[in-house]
Amino acid sequence: MTVRERLRQNISAAFYRHGLLCASYPVPIILFTSASILTCCYPLLKLPLPGTGPVEFTTGVRDYSVPSHGTQGDLGERPDWYRGPPVAYIQQVLVKAAVSPWDSSLVPVDVFRSPLGRVFSLLEEIRDHVYTDRSLESLCLQVTDLLPGLRRMQSLLPEHGCLLVSPGNYWQNRRDMFDSDPDILKTVHQHEPKGLHTSATLKDLLFGVPGKSTGVSLYSKKRVVTYTITIALSSYDARFVASLRARLKQLHPSTNCSLREDHMVHVHFKEEIGIAELIPLVTTYIILFAYIYFSTRKIDMVKSKWGLALAAVVTVLSSLLMSVGLCSLFGLTPTLNGGEIFPYLVVVIGLENVLVLTKSVVSTPVDLEVKLRIAQGLSSESWSIMKNMATELVIILIGYFTLVPAIQEFCLFAVVGLVSDFFLQMFFFTTVLSIDIRRMELADLNRRLPAEAGMPPPKPGPLRPREAPPPSRPSPHTITLQAPAFRNLRLPKRLRVVYFLARTRLAQRIIMVGTVIWIGILVYTDPAGLRTYLAAQVSEQSPLGEAGLPPHLGVAPVFPGGDPTSTLNVLPAPEPTPLPENQSQGHGEARSGPAPLTSPQITWGSEDEEVWRRLSFRYWPSLFSYYNITLAKRYISILPVIPVTLHLSPQEAIETRHPQDTQHAPRTSAKTTELQADLTLYKVAALGLFAGVLLVLLLFCLYRVLCPRNYGQNGVQHGRRRRGDLPCDEYGYSPPVSEISPLLLRGHSMDIECLANDGMLLASCCLAGQIRVWDAQTGDCLTVIPNNGLRRSSSSGCWEHRDGWDPSSPARNASTPIMDNEHPLRRRTTPVRPALFGDQPDLTPLIDTNFGEVPPSQMMPGCGFDFGELVERAYKEHEASPPLPFPPSPPAARQRRRSLGDQSVAPPEQVLLAPWDWDSSVWSMELRGNLIAAGRSSGKLELWDAVEGSLRCCNEDGSSGITALAFLNNRIVAARLNGSLDFFTVDIHKPLGLLQYRGPPGRASLPPSPCYSSEDVISCQLTRSVQCAHQKPITVLRAAAGRVVTGSQDHTVRVYRLEDSCCLFTLQGHAGGITAIYIDQTMVLASGGQDGAICLWDVLTGSRVSHVYGHRGDVTSLVCTTSCVLSSGLDDLICIWDRSTGIKLYSIQQEVGCGASLGVISESLLVTGGQGCVSFWDLNYGDLLQTVYLGQSGEGQPVRQLLVLDNAAIVCDFGSELSLVYVPSVLEKLD
Amino acid sequence: MAEARGLSGNGVALRGPYISMITNHTTNLLIRGGMLFVVGVFLALVLNLLQVQRNVTLFPPDVISSVFSSAWWVPPCCGTASALIGLLYPCIDRHLGEPHKLKREWSSVMRCVAVFVGINHASAKVDFANNVQLSLTLAALSVGLWWTFDRSRSGFGMGVAVALLATLATQLLVYNGVFQYTSPDFLYIRSWLPCIFFAGVITMGNIGRQLALYECKFVQEKIHQD
Repeated sequence: MTVRERLRQNISAAFYRHGLLCASYPVPIILFTSASILTCCYPLLKLPLPGTGPVEFTTGVRDYSVPSHGTQGDLGERPDWYRGPPVAYIQQVLVKAAVSPWDSSLVPVDVFRSPLGRVFSLLEEIRDHVYTDRSLESLCLQVTDLLPGLRRMQSLLPEHGCLLVSPGNYWQNRRDMFDSDPDILKTVHQHEPKGLHTSATLKDLLFGVPGKSTGVSLYSKKRVVTYTITIALSSYDARFVASLRARLKQLHPSTNCSLREDHMVHVHFKEEIGIAELIPLVTTYIILFAYIYFSTRKIDMVKSKWGLALAAVVTVLSSLLMSVGLCSLFGLTPTLNGGEIFPYLVVVIGLENVLVLTKSVVSTPVDLEVKLRIAQGLSSESWSIMKNMATELVIILIGYFTLVPAIQEFCLFAVVGLVSDFFLQMFFFTTVLSIDIRRMELADLNRRLPAEAGMPPPKPGPLRPREAPPPSRPSPHTITLQAPAFRNLRLPKRLRVVYFLARTRLAQRIIMVGTVIWIGILVYTDPAGLRTYLAAQVSEQSPLGEAGLPPHLGVAPVFPGGDPTSTLNVLPAPEPTPLPENQSQGHGEARSGPAPLTSPQITWGSEDEEVWRRLSFRYWPSLFSYYNITLAKRYISILPVIPVTLHLSPQEAIETRHPQDTQHAPRTSAKTTELQADLTLYKVAALGLFAGVLLVLLLFCLYRVLCPRNYGQNGVQHGRRRRGDLPCDEYGYSPPVSEISPLLLRGHSMDIECLANDGMLLASCCLAGQIRVWDAQTGDCLTVIPNNGLRRSSSSGCWEHRDGWDPSSPARNASTPIMDNEHPLRRRTTPVRPALFGDQPDLTPLIDTNFGEVPPSQMMPGCGFDFGELVERAYKEHEASPPLPFPPSPPAARQRRRSLGDQSVAPPEQVLLAPWDWDSSVWSMELRGNLIAAGRSSGKLELWDAVEGSLRCCNEDGSSGITALAFLNNRIVAARLNGSLDFFTVDIHKPLGLLQYRGPPGRASLPPSPCYSSEDVISCQLTRSVQCAHQKPITVLRAAAGRVVTGSQDHTVRVYRLEDSCCLFTLQGHAGGITAIYIDQTMVLASGGQDGAICLWDVLTGSRVSHVYGHRGDVTSLVCTTSCVLSSGLDDLICIWDRSTGIKLYSIQQEVGCGASLGVISESLLVTGGQGCVSFWDLNYGDLLQTVYLGQSGEGQPVRQLLVLDNAAIVCDFGSELSLVYVPSVLEKLD
Repeated sequence: MAEARGLSGNGVALRGPYISMITNHTTNLLIRGGMLFVVGVFLALVLNLLQVQRNVTLFPPDVISSVFSSAWWVPPCCGTASALIGLLYPCIDRHLGEPHKLKREWSSVMRCVAVFVGINHASAKVDFANNVQLSLTLAALSVGLWWTFDRSRSGFGMGVAVALLATLATQLLVYNGVFQYTSPDFLYIRSWLPCIFFAGVITMGNIGRQLALYECKFVQEKIHQD
């Protein structure tokens, strides 16, 4: 155990140092890693290119002997496949025939009819050739049946005999059939495949030259017909072949032919992979990509998700390449099919480490330095990484000892791959991650700086001269809302489809997949181009054997030969006009002389040497596969071609004409054939053009129909309509005006700190500590509760007994002048009640003063005054006679009395014990009914009457500042700075009980619960105090549906039941302090933290429903609707999430500093604050509906808080002013 | 796999009636079963192809016929079995009260499927010296698969049970001459067959659990909304 611990410590220390190193020198490390990757991959250059193209090897004809099977050393550059006899020797006879001279009496058909007709005599010649006692029959490759699937080719390809292929096969090698064929072209073309098929077709097979160069066309310019007679020989008899060559040359000499005849090309065919073979491979690759997709999807909270995903994939791929390179460097050439084991290797190596690293680094505290973050993240994951790696190595080691060569090889690869992957992870990926994190922080810094600059300058102190009220402004500028009719033009369903498509990026994905499939199909069906190119590359490297061919002459034509059927076929129709060679030659020469312009010229060039090269590389495999002979991993030897030149006289051409040839409308048939020749090309081009046009049209229509009119206005600042712009759409239609005019509530001297409302009333508290209560409907100021009022009132001598008790009071009295009311406020003038009891002070006149002026804060430097505090202090001192900590639930009556303040009971000496806490300020405020609950930084909880402005009760059980308050029903929950949570109960005692003390009740009883009558005696008692609710200060507190939810900086959220203040759940899942919580009546609980994460919780079970990362920096506020979650962050971005799936629907970029202001009116209307304005958005589509400017000034102050009232009004703080915007028109439009 | 991905894509993207449909227990069960069936059929086809196609032909005469090279009843059987197993696993988890906690994410499931295909690949393609070695290797791989991706006792027990049953069934089938193996070395079948079955059970169970996770999520959300 100790060893393990020590190991663990050492590992984590090593990783820490390594992380520091990587983050400190990113560029050198990346350079070093790239260099090492390249070095390790260098041996890969020596590996042959993958592919199944044929490989060639050339030897001389003269000293050719069949290579033996054995491996007798390496004979020069002889490839290893060149062993044993080939499948066949291919002898091709290349025939070029032309009718010459050409004269005008000839019809186009004559170009090829008689030249093709000569094939039969040539065939006969070849078949009947005998050298000594060997005939073709004994040497040629005997083939049996065609494959069963090729029945339709049965009449075209030879069966049960020599494999001898020529255009004559079209007519079953029978001259009479040829002669009686009315349309040769039709015969030739009827076997062509209809579709796009570019590999070896029947025409290619029989003619032996590419379709275009046959010259069998009515529009052939050259009027030369080219075709080959292909003979497959099973054994090579040099003398026979030479004699055949000599014979044919003698019969049909080619005058200007200088083809090389000394090369024999051996073509080796690799294993061809069929589709069926590919299916498992493709499946594994699909799984692999799914794995990579699902893995990289988890990368979160980084600057560039794609960049990191790319880095992860690069890490894995280059580690594989490195392993292959290293293995081949040490002489371990892979025998396994690399493509097959590759996916498994990736899966074995995996992306897990990379993801774990990212996650751990990202979850380190944001405020640390990048270096330290990387180091911490690395070291925290070091143990698991090492453990996993060790496990994998052990597994692979076990696999190595299976002693199965294939598995051993795989294991060896995997080990090298694992090690190199580890190396790359540690050096490459970590460094990339550090760069990414640094970029993110830089970006955040850039983002934050203007935000801070945009903030109002910090309060210089309480000396701010704000005696003069701001000049009264004209009615604020307003902008009208677009007409509802215009908004209703949109069809939501259609758009929903489009948004769905856009959200899932369905179209792009489909197009992408389609393209990939299409390319794949193209490559599969027509690999000829690519592969022949490769083959050509390979063959260029192969050495050229140099040898001459000794002329083996000795020609003796002997008649019979060939297989019985073909003999029978040929016999009844012997060649009618066997021309003597000299005649034809002389004829040709004689005629070609005078008419050189029109006569077709037969030329032999080097391109004729290896005609088969111009064919598809599939030519030979497909020819042999028809007879179920595979060429895979075998080779054929191609003998030098025998050139034959045929010159035919026009007479001959005319004689061989078919009667229909002339009647035939040559033009039309020509047209069709010509068309057919290039038809596929045209088809493809036309199809492509058509598709392109269609696509453009479709996109255009889509754009016109579906694009929202205010497209692009959603996002950034330019989306807001600048002030002064006419509210009309692009059609010039200006909608009817429905005005929204904000109501400015002025009176606060400083920036507004807290806002609270209960629908009817609105309470606000400014930095100066003044609390004002407004009527939410009219915007009238109902009550002002000044901060320093008590002091003033005490100075005015109303509170006599206090003066007497407190010796320091008179000193203060002198320093507080009496100010006049300067504000045109509706003053709350409460009649001063007469003191009912001599022994009890009547507090109401002291508190409910008749002044509304700005407090003279400059008079009291360094302290913000607190109104209720003095009273409470006084009370406290009076009450302090019992020992200090109260029992958790004291009897109600006692508590009430205490909170009411029985000064008579309290001994006056106690006053001196407690120092006065003048500068406690209001930290939190809540408003319910008529009561304002205010939590102060001194830890005091006060209840004020909102209408009368009187302090109803106060509780100072705690000493730590109240950071958050929740007021629900008759309970108040206060969260304190020290992390404790206090539950108070507000008890109302109807005036009935007080009647004996007081005079006639002012107002008997107002409607019950939410409204507290001013006559009620209200007591607030601490029912329960949870001392250590959180380890760190509680930052947020929300209560709804009988639950109290607290969020703290200790990263946890706690759920309490309101009735018995029992902690139900502690929700963990955030990686930072909680900054925002939302809970509503439907028990939806959402929390946002400093890590930018938003969690949705199930309040019933305490389980986390979803967890999304939305913001860079703190989440500042959260609102849920039935379908969405809205969040705003320090990055001034408002994100709208789908509540059920956690998918981000869209986001709105807010103006700097206004990020937190956000509210939802009626489920589909979002209100956000901006620089001096508020904007209304359609929540469903993210469209900007309207912007309302709150003030006249151009720059405006940022709206930092925004509160939605029940009556569709919103209140926002606007510097020291409040703005009440009533939005009935928006609502009626939405309904 | 692709189907599974499709589920996740659809599941998260569509809302409204789809959600209500998916939260309906029976419908959800049917959807999951169908999905598992399709995955099973697909894997059966591909893996059977891997088994059947040992000799390389240059031009497969008919691609389609070679894809469906196995008898018609094999893919449906495999599909049904995988659907059953995939539905049974979450069920057992729920009844035993020990929910599966290990690596509940799609990337892990993908990895599992890849390893499963790899095991099949090895059984078909790698030339071993003798059958015992092959079977032992595959058994080790299968148990490794379980350890890496499952690690639950119920999963192991179920895997072993199903593997035994399926082996027995195959024995009977071969005995009755429905089909046969080219070189049987364990009565009538290959000795690695139980390992393949075991790995398949683990894999399908993994997929089934992952699919069931979606139901849980939706149900939770539904409760939430209620």
